[in-house]
Amino acid sequence: MSAKIDIEFTVNGAVKQVTVPATASALDMLRDQLDLKGAKEACGEGECGACTVIVDGVSVCSCLSYAVDFDGRKIETIEGVQSDEGLDPIQQAFVDYGAVQCGYCTPGMVMQVKHTLDKNPNPTKEEIQRGLEGNVCRCTGYSKIIDAVTEVASS
Amino acid sequence: MNTVENYIAPGSIEEAAAALAAGPVTIVAGGTDLMLQTGSGAIAYAKTLMNVRRIAEMQGVSIDGDTIRIGALTTITELKSDAIIAEHLPVVAEMADKFASDQIRNASTIGGNICNASPAGDGIVPLMMYGADVVLASAKGNRNVALSEFFTGPGKTVKADNELLVAIEIAKPAAGFKGGFGKFGPRPALEIAMASVALGGVVKDGVISNVSVAFGAVGPTPMMGAKTTALLEGKTLNEETISAAGEAASEEVTPIDDVRASAWYRRHLIRVMTEEILNDVG
Repeated sequence: MSAKIDIEFTVNGAVKQVTVPATASALDMLRDQLDLKGAKEACGEGECGACTVIVDGVSVCSCLSYAVDFDGRKIETIEGVQSDEGLDPIQQAFVDYGAVQCGYCTPGMVMQVKHTLDKNPNPTKEEIQRGLEGNVCRCTGYSKIIDAVTEVASS
Repeated sequence: MNTVENYIAPGSIEEAAAALAAGPVTIVAGGTDLMLQTGSGAIAYAKTLMNVRRIAEMQGVSIDGDTIRIGALTTITELKSDAIIAEHLPVVAEMADKFASDQIRNASTIGGNICNASPAGDGIVPLMMYGADVVLASAKGNRNVALSEFFTGPGKTVKADNELLVAIEIAKPAAGFKGGFGKFGPRPALEIAMASVALGGVVKDGVISNVSVAFGAVGPTPMMGAKTTALLEGKTLNEETISAAGEAASEEVTPIDDVRASAWYRRHLIRVMTEEILNDVG
């Protein structure tokens, strides 16, 4: 077993302290130690985006991130997107436009859309597509997802 | 997966160099290559895992006189939008736009992309074309190595185990220098290049000079296109020259058949992309 390291970071506004193996992925740590099961492992190679989380304001694949590197950072996951008032507008648009089918890719999609719109609140269709080029959906054919994002961006 | 006994996250190059001098260390920056390669067993961890990402002096792009310095920890996303890169090294920005996906660009560092030493590494090809040096730091001091002489084979470089790649240094290109980057794969995003080309020069009164050409994914390491460069230098950039340059490029590369493409197809892609860039530049 690799050396275990104590880290402290913020996830969805709450400070967390965990002890992680030096070689563990951030995805495994979030899912297995913090019970945040929203981020998914699908490809495990950075090709599908199902594990996308936001670290210090930028989206990354948590399956390719070292958990130890989260030390001191600010993490946002799908679990923190919904507010007390209800679904985030991105989540609501995914529901309204039928952009969710099996749902496995959805948490990663929503986090990547959030990052894309945070950087560029008025994206063109091409910019929306480019923003999602690292996210794979095998159900929807993408059109409904693009429609949902277009709606959020225009409202 | 083998075990790591120590984890360190130094705050300075000096600290990192001391750790490297003390014994075998696996260096991690963005992690996007290392996590995959240790997971598959292609790379074994050393006893110490060193996360260099907190070293402030290895971050960011700066300009000092005629030298542009890119910190090794600069992410591909930062290269894509950096003002100095956009002004002086636009072919690097063009490469960054074609690199992987947003999530990968946000994590991947240019130093890591170079040290991974993939024959197809996107980040390497335009930097080689611009004549970049890498700065290697160790407890004994710094040395500069031309990027064109840095690679010795797939995954292999002249960087010693006690050295850390801390920055890339590039002399400002000549006034009017214009270039382009071509990369081909089955889809635009998240592809390892089947072949890539970076090419540039100064075109004045229809004549091209200061030519530089580099190729990726067509040999055991990214390579300079010496013959294509020699053919182009000082020539009038017309249809005939462009066609001859495409021919020279496709002949001087040394591709293999593999899972991504045949050698024949790679030569074809090199010819087409070389001609495309020359048409854009001219």
